[in-house]
Amino acid sequence: MEKILPPINAISQPYWDGCQQGVLRVQRCITCGHLQLYPRIFCTQCAGEDLDWIDVSGKGTIASYTVVTRGISKAYSAPYVVSLIDLDEGPRMMSSIVDSDGTGLEVGMSVEVAFEPWSETIMMPVFKLL
Amino acid sequence: MTTLRGKVAIVGAADTEVGIVPNIGATDLCVRAALSAMRDAGINKDQIDGLITCDSMAEPIMYHAEAIAEYLQIFPRYCMSVGTGGGTTFSIMHHAASAIATGMADTILIAMADSLRSGLTREQAMLMQSSTGHPQFEQPYGPTVPAYYALIGQAHAAKYGTTAEHLASVAVACRKHAALNPTAQMREPITVEDVITSRMIANPLHLLDCSLVSDGGSAVILTSAERAKDFAQRPVYMLGVGEGHGHEHISQAQSLTTSAAVESGQRAYQMAGLTAADMDFAQLYDCFTPTVIVELEDLGFCAKGEGGPFAASGAIELGGSLPINTHGGMLSHCHPGNPGSMFALTESVFQLRGSVAPERQVKGAEVAMVHAQGGIMSSHTSLILGNEVN
Ligand SMILES: [Zn+2]
Repeated sequence: MEKILPPINAISQPYWDGCQQGVLRVQRCITCGHLQLYPRIFCTQCAGEDLDWIDVSGKGTIASYTVVTRGISKAYSAPYVVSLIDLDEGPRMMSSIVDSDGTGLEVGMSVEVAFEPWSETIMMPVFKLL
Repeated sequence: MTTLRGKVAIVGAADTEVGIVPNIGATDLCVRAALSAMRDAGINKDQIDGLITCDSMAEPIMYHAEAIAEYLQIFPRYCMSVGTGGGTTFSIMHHAASAIATGMADTILIAMADSLRSGLTREQAMLMQSSTGHPQFEQPYGPTVPAYYALIGQAHAAKYGTTAEHLASVAVACRKHAALNPTAQMREPITVEDVITSRMIANPLHLLDCSLVSDGGSAVILTSAERAKDFAQRPVYMLGVGEGHGHEHISQAQSLTTSAAVESGQRAYQMAGLTAADMDFAQLYDCFTPTVIVELEDLGFCAKGEGGPFAASGAIELGGSLPINTHGGMLSHCHPGNPGSMFALTESVFQLRGSVAPERQVKGAEVAMVHAQGGIMSSHTSLILGNEVN
């Protein structure tokens, strides 16, 4: 059984291309500078439609986390950590914390992105404790 | 703008058997609930000119309300299915009240049922688990439904010091109420200790912090306040209603610890001209215990951050200042998915009629807050019900 793979589309392609290259990217509004994830066809702050992508540091803090002790499918070996990460640049994203079984984790801890090969074409952004 | 305050009343309410109900499918269960509610209201099906349902997961039907109307052989002039997850039940009430107030229909049947316990295939159960969450930016990380709510519980604990014992006190109160209710699925009393020593599902959520998986159906009949006087039962009036919609995906929530229940509650209180302090009891959506803590705060029953100590104080138990989930809630009465909070609605009707058994009747109950949310604290609807208009 395979893990759930993201159904990439034209709007999100640069994000997943970045992951292949080992960089985490977020969408940027050219008009007002707002950064957003997930990518959209317009800026949620100023409604502008001129958007590009910037590489971010990959550093962030844990906004929340949980240790899943009953996995969603056999492809996910429990226990595993599901977390919400506040990127230093602002946007929040869901991810995993991969070097942890949850022991000692706390909201507010610093983390850094890493990439795991999940398929031929998908490098998945995950996080490790700093 | 005309207000919906006092314009409509619930004149019929009924539940099917709940829990494990294996010998009847979700569609039939929905119809059984509908027939029981009509019987309770003392009307026949030809007096129904509006129908609202929600889809079933066990027996999905593309045009669900049309199918139920056809099954019943009724021919309404207002007919639709609504889908806002667990919030569906009460956003339906909002729509139905508006439809009656604007003359789209006179007497609306709201019927919902599902068979999550007996009717789901493994594939359907898996799909249900993984269909919440953003397909690209959340689902791949394998969050289960409890995991999403655990993220809220953990954030609340970090910000306000909410403990496992605080969360557990919600489950204990619901079970205490279920123990008094012969229709509840789980009636064996539990303690805080039982909850915090039950198996960890997704920290801070233990097994007993999670709601049940059930079969069951429930229905109500809504009509105008003027017409309501001609029905057999004491009318229960809608005094206030309000919605709040914050996000769909938890990673997009503006806050993990404060929800759009703030807005839905304020809108409902404003319409009713009442405050949290006026409520004699409350039915609060309890898919997982942290949900109740957040709702107690956001609906104004205690200060922000004080939901845990408030719950643990015993205030939320029968005999306390604000009994909640007097039927046992989804934690202990039943939780058949989207219809889950219908049972909170019918229970409120029975409480406000004064027709429940004396040992579990909220004494002198006149007004109640009934709240549900759907998604992951995403869509919120608050109802204020009362047994008098003024
Ligand atoms: Zn912008």
